[in-house]
Order: sequence, then C-alpha cells, then structure tokens
Amino acid sequence: MRVGVVTFPGSLDDVDARRAVRLGGAEAVPLWHGDHDLKGVDAVVLPGGFSYGDYLRCGAIARFAPVMTEVVAAAQGGMPVLGICNGFQILCESHLLPGALIRNDHRKFGCLDQTVRIESATTAWTSAYAPDQEVTIVLKNGEGSYVADLDTLDRLEGEGQVVARYVGGNPNGSQRAIAGVSNAAGNVVGLMPHPEHAVEDLCGPGTDGLGFFTSVVASLASA
Amino acid sequence: MARVVVDVMPKPEILDPQGKAVQGALPRLGFTGVSEVRQGKRFELELEGEATDERLAQVHEMAATLLSNPVIEDYAVRVLS
Repeated sequence: MRVGVVTFPGSLDDVDARRAVRLGGAEAVPLWHGDHDLKGVDAVVLPGGFSYGDYLRCGAIARFAPVMTEVVAAAQGGMPVLGICNGFQILCESHLLPGALIRNDHRKFGCLDQTVRIESATTAWTSAYAPDQEVTIVLKNGEGSYVADLDTLDRLEGEGQVVARYVGGNPNGSQRAIAGVSNAAGNVVGLMPHPEHAVEDLCGPGTDGLGFFTSVVASLASA
Repeated sequence: MARVVVDVMPKPEILDPQGKAVQGALPRLGFTGVSEVRQGKRFELELEGEATDERLAQVHEMAATLLSNPVIEDYAVRVLS
C-alpha cells in the first residue's frame, strides 16, 4: 500500500504526514507539487502549511500546481484523498469539496488539543473509528472557519458528509461547528485539525489521530 | 493598452474578520462614526491591446476562476482607460 504526500512550497506538515502514513501501515511516497506524476500511489495526503505563502487565498495557487491536475483526476476516479488544514483549503479551492475556509471569527491563530466527534465512520479515512467516537487531536490554524451556503450545509448534514464536528465549543467560528467534510463518494475528506500530529504517545495529545491512516490502509485492502 | 480593475469583496453574508479588526482599530485612533468596515482586494490588470468585449469576457473568467472564490466573494470588473 503506497500513500503519497504532496510537498508544496510552504508545506509544513509533509514530514509528519509521511511519518503518520508509515505508522498507519503504508509506505509513504513523497510527491512534488511541480510534477505531473503521482508515482503510482494508491492514496494521497495534502498536508498542512502555507502553500505558496497563502498568497491570494489559502490554497488558491496550489490548486493550479501541476500535481493537482493528477490529484483531481485521481480523486474523481475514486482514489482516497485526505486534505489536512491547508490541504482542506486546497480541496475546497479545487472544488473537490464544497464550501470554503475563512479567517477564524476571533481573528487569532489557534493552537490547541481539540476534541472532535467522528460523525461519519464510513469514509475511506474514518472507517477505523466508531460512529460518534470522540477523539482528541491537534488544531492549529488562522483560517479554519468553515463556511458554505445554507443549502449546501443542509445537504452535507443530510447526506452524511459532515465527517467531524468540534466538541466543547467552536474554536474558529465554523458553521455548525464543522471540522471536516467529505465528498459524496466518501473517498475525498478535508479536515481542519491535524491527525498526523496525534499518532505517537511521545509527543502530541496521544494517538487518536492514527485511525485516519489505518482507515485508508483498510479501505484500500478491501477495495 | 487598457487598464482593467477587478474588485473582489467578501459576500455580504460572509463574516469579514479583517474588516471587523479595522473597524475596531478606528475608534482607538480617535476616528468615530464608522458603523461597518468591509475589506476586499483590488486587482489592476494591464491588457495588451484594447479592452474588447472578448478580452473583457476573459477577464470575467479570470475573476471567477482565480481572482475570486465565488463561494465567499463577489467581484466586479471595470475598465479604467
């Protein structure tokens, strides 16, 4: 099982994401933003950071990186894709996921251990969790406030595409406290908090994040 | 040569934390009486040749695909000269 992790100029969490992929039981394959090449991987992670310096809008330039042409085509063909933080912003800008992420309502960069509830355990990235399981992973963002129009929000709720929701207060003003969403097929997931920072007991708030990475291995094995 | 301006603004229903921060700073500097500030972006595009209908249609396409995100922003195109 080979899971690619894309490095854009300004990516910060690509190395942590590759480590999490390995701990989840897959081979981590570095992918480069400037290549039209997914190197034959079975799944892709778009990591956190500040791709292209967050110029214009977060994720707006990364969307047009050569590798994204391949990621978008693969995602539309059913390949599992997980976007974390900046990766979530890139997936929204790429129209692989609905909605957008704007500046936190309190205008401060937040960095904390955050409890989220797994609202959908049927996606390629969350099958290792029990429905409604509460997990604590790291949240660190300045522009993590999820917004979409009312019809889109109702559709996401109705179709079970809300993947994770903040518990114990809304840390960034996200509509309906949404922390993560999926596409209709469930292979593409965007997540504002960082599961890759919660995969080992040595650092971070525990190992609750590991399930995202074991989930994709299980879903690829059963595919 | 034609200079075209694209103004991009957050949609009215979208929270604008930057505008709120600017509004909050004004009274601290002694400026009163401002009930709302919305912050947007202004792009100035220098076109080769005239701003024909066809070129302006392209500018609209640029504005809709890259310069703005239609989920959260509105844009307006105008020709300066």
